[in-house]
Amino acid sequence: MKKIVIIGGGIAGLEVSRLLLQEGFPVTLIEKSSHLGGNIRNYAYLFPDFTPSEEILKNYTSLPGNADLQLLLNTEIEKIDFSSRPYTLFSNDGIAISADSIIIATGYQIFDARLKEEFGYGIYDGVITSVEMEKMIREQHIVTPYGKAPRRIAFIHCVGSRDAKVGNTYCSRLCCITAIKQAIETKKLLPQAEIFCFYIDLRMYGLTFEELYLNAQKEYNIQFVRGRLSETSEMIDKRLIIKAEDTLIGRPLKMMTDMLVLMVGMEASNFSKQFAYHNGLEIGEHGFFKPLNQFNARGKSQKEGIYFAGTSIGPMSVAETIEHAQATALSTISYLKGKEN
Amino acid sequence: MIRDPNFQYPFLIGTIFLFAYLIIRVILWYIKLSKYDKLRFIHFWKTKSVWAAIRDSVADGLLHLSIFKKNPLLGYMHMSLAFGWFLLIVMGHLEVIADRHSLNFPFYYAVFYRYYQPHPDFAGAKVFGAVMDFLLLIILSGVALAIIKRIRKQIFGMKRTTRLKTFDKIALASLWLIFPLRLLAESLSAAYYHNGSFMSNTLGEWFIQNVRVSAIYDLSWWLYSCSLGFFFIALPFSRYMHIPTEIVFIFLRHAGIMPKKYWNSYAQIQMYSCSRCGICLDACQLYEAGVSNVQSVYFLQFIRNNENVDKSLFGCIICGRCQEACPVHINLNDLRTALRIKASKPLTFSYEYTQKALQQKAGIIYFAGCMTHLTPQIKFSMRRIFDFLGDNVWFMDKDKSICCGAPLMLAGQYDSASQLIQKNTELIMASGAKTLILSCPICYKAFREDYVLPGISIKFHAVYLNEMIRQGRLPKINLGFKTIYHDPCALGRGSKIYDQPRYVIDSYSQRIRLKKEKAEALCCGAGLGAINLPIEAKNKVTFEAMSYFARFKPNALITACPLCKKTFARDRRIPVLDIAELTARAIDEYVNEQKKTVRETRLIES
Ligand SMILES: Cc1cc2nc3c(=O)[nH]c(=O)nc-3n(C[C@H](O)[C@H](O)[C@H](O)COP(=O)(O)OP(=O)(O)OC[C@H]3O[C@@H](n4cnc5c(N)ncnc54)[C@H](O)[C@@H]3O)c2cc1C
Ligand code: SF4
Ligand code: SF4
Ligand code: SF4
Repeated sequence: MKKIVIIGGGIAGLEVSRLLLQEGFPVTLIEKSSHLGGNIRNYAYLFPDFTPSEEILKNYTSLPGNADLQLLLNTEIEKIDFSSRPYTLFSNDGIAISADSIIIATGYQIFDARLKEEFGYGIYDGVITSVEMEKMIREQHIVTPYGKAPRRIAFIHCVGSRDAKVGNTYCSRLCCITAIKQAIETKKLLPQAEIFCFYIDLRMYGLTFEELYLNAQKEYNIQFVRGRLSETSEMIDKRLIIKAEDTLIGRPLKMMTDMLVLMVGMEASNFSKQFAYHNGLEIGEHGFFKPLNQFNARGKSQKEGIYFAGTSIGPMSVAETIEHAQATALSTISYLKGKEN
Repeated sequence: MIRDPNFQYPFLIGTIFLFAYLIIRVILWYIKLSKYDKLRFIHFWKTKSVWAAIRDSVADGLLHLSIFKKNPLLGYMHMSLAFGWFLLIVMGHLEVIADRHSLNFPFYYAVFYRYYQPHPDFAGAKVFGAVMDFLLLIILSGVALAIIKRIRKQIFGMKRTTRLKTFDKIALASLWLIFPLRLLAESLSAAYYHNGSFMSNTLGEWFIQNVRVSAIYDLSWWLYSCSLGFFFIALPFSRYMHIPTEIVFIFLRHAGIMPKKYWNSYAQIQMYSCSRCGICLDACQLYEAGVSNVQSVYFLQFIRNNENVDKSLFGCIICGRCQEACPVHINLNDLRTALRIKASKPLTFSYEYTQKALQQKAGIIYFAGCMTHLTPQIKFSMRRIFDFLGDNVWFMDKDKSICCGAPLMLAGQYDSASQLIQKNTELIMASGAKTLILSCPICYKAFREDYVLPGISIKFHAVYLNEMIRQGRLPKINLGFKTIYHDPCALGRGSKIYDQPRYVIDSYSQRIRLKKEKAEALCCGAGLGAINLPIEAKNKVTFEAMSYFARFKPNALITACPLCKKTFARDRRIPVLDIAELTARAIDEYVNEQKKTVRETRLIES
């Protein structure tokens, strides 16, 4: 029996595990944190229809009990030795695991907003990231650092994406719609609050996204300003002043706000970035793993038996992640049955 | 016996053409200088600088000492060709004078002396013969090296040499041929008359035994003369124009003529002075990053050949590493900026809408600049420092900030930049301040070079901090970590400030010494000069520089430029701090310790 190892227990890794187990293949699932689920555990409701993330995760609650699943939590893979078959994986605490086939589902990491110093994250308490906003929404409690309900909130798009100055020129795809999702959630919780979204352009790529955007304006009275934030400063009472350029009018703009939410982009995980240095698998320009091609092999690597699933190859929504994981599971099964390589 | 052949004509025509061309050229250059530069140049001849210019002409034009210092083998190659040839001409004339006891002979006589004088029997003839053979040998070794360099550049420790154009090829081929042909002609002469020395006589004996000398004797002198003539005629249109131009450049430089923001004849002279030695190629970090059309040698070549320069003009970071490396001391940064201004259409956009800050009076002004506003920790640290010092400082661009103009200037937008410069100047002059402090080296350079602020001392923050430490107004305290100092391009190479930041850092930490520092410091990759450079190339430069620092395992990388800080911080391998942040930390540490000692003494007392 061939040994299959899946790295990463986010929804991508979970979906691949579920399908392989269902087809009767025993798998080893390795997750660096102490729990399964990955990033969406932090998010309350998911676009496009506000499904609670728990509902997605529920599909996988029975997995850990499966006798064919070997689950290694708190284990971070640092290196893979591709020089001989079976391949060998090494964890950070020195465990070596051998595998005939590996599915890399190491996901993404959030852009570190402190690198955009001028936006004030880590300097002014009123500046938070979209991930922290998700937590507040989950707790149904949105407050300013001084404990009051904010009267004005500004969402800033493209923080750490489409920005040559921070070295990320790509679009993270999901933050526009996430901003609208969060803006609506916020408005539901704080009907009195004024909400602004500062965008470069809005990337409403999903079938139902545009409607959500129109709804945000019509029903929730959310205001959209086309323009990039240039800098934030703080007043003595801890409220924030933001400077931006309104690119529709072509003039600088200044605004006071109680809270600033930075829509942080999705970056390649440390795992794939390190691969660029250790020269294992090919890495694309933006640090994500590079699939064999962009059409019919988006889950395959250049190496035999090595596959990718989910956001380890680039930004994706939950639905896209699951679909990608399913396609990868199919490729892996064909490979294990000797029908494909 | 003097025969009267015709073979000297190619040489004569070439020489006359070359001299006529050069004289006209120099006159045209002179006419196109500005009125003040002309006055400077006339005055220069009355000063001692003339001697310095002569010294440099010999050291760089003939001996090529600057190249020698950078690369001995390459230096020898240039030196043997230039200085060897020079000595050959001088000794040749002395030889003829010694022979004829007169100065009355045609100037080409010395060049073909072995032809005209088959039987040198004057006193010292043997010595002269030996010296002439020896010099020729030296030059031939230089030619041999030049040929090897074209084929195997690695021997010279160089990663790459320059690409050639057709005219350069003609000039190069004739130059390479001149000396072997001279050797051939002189050896054939020696074959007949035995009028050579150790090298030519020996070769001559070989020829007489193996070749029909009479058949090729005249031909060999013709060829030698032709190679000289070709070379002189091709010279003005080839890279070798740098030989005479460099001398002109050295004299103008010593006359105190400065590069301007517009493309003038001084810029043109500098452009022609480039010897295409290729040393700038190795200095450029962009080469490693896969960009190979912006480097100075190519850029200068493109403008000389009137080729499209857009890419090489706007794709360079203007980091100044090549300028620092250039043995000819060409002001490469200024040439690029001047040409950018010439190449740019003025913006149709006006900066009239910018609002000035509320005028204030103060002894010291702090101007943070756009870049520092994008790295607010530096701004806060500066405020912390000013508070600690208790000085009356006007934070001029705290709310309403007007850019210093440097980014527009680097993009070639002279007029728009001037609008901003005007507004800032008015504000500064009306404040009554004596000192202007800047925390961004790009602003600092702009204020020093593009502003006229009489009576105001313009200080970079690191210089000011150093003064405060020296005066005992800021504490010295060891924060207990290992640091590396990164010289920002605009501060180090751009403004020649290397030591003061180091003193400040040494007051607070253990600084690791690097090999690539000061004038040879690496660029962070994000200089404002790079208008048209792919992000991948910039990232590569940053990555390589950071990898270099990471090898020394410092606890922090200290820099003195908001842009460097932002760029390096992205890499995340080493924490990055501005020198102001380091100082502010030291102040906090000091204040805490003071409080502790006060508390402890109170405890003991009670
Ligand atoms: C603010 C925000 C809001 C979002 N909201 C929505 C939404 O409303 N709807 C929607 O469809 N999508 C949303 N997304 C996108 C969604 O988060 C992703 O589509 C999804 O999380 C991708 O899952 P994944 O399994 O590919 O990656 P991840 O969730 O990142 O999982 C990767 C897992 O691999 C583990 N791992 C990484 N490296 C190693 C290693 N070396 N060894 C072992 N384990 C490792 C990690 O710990 C992690 O558990 C949002 C994204 C953001 C940033
Ligand atoms: S999805 Fe929207 S916010 Fe996110 S990077 Fe793209 S354009 Fe910017
Ligand atoms: S610019 Fe300077 S370093 Fe570069 S080739 Fe010319 S002379 Fe040499
Ligand atoms: S200024 Fe810097 S980037 Fe530009 S050519 Fe010279 S070394 Fe290269």
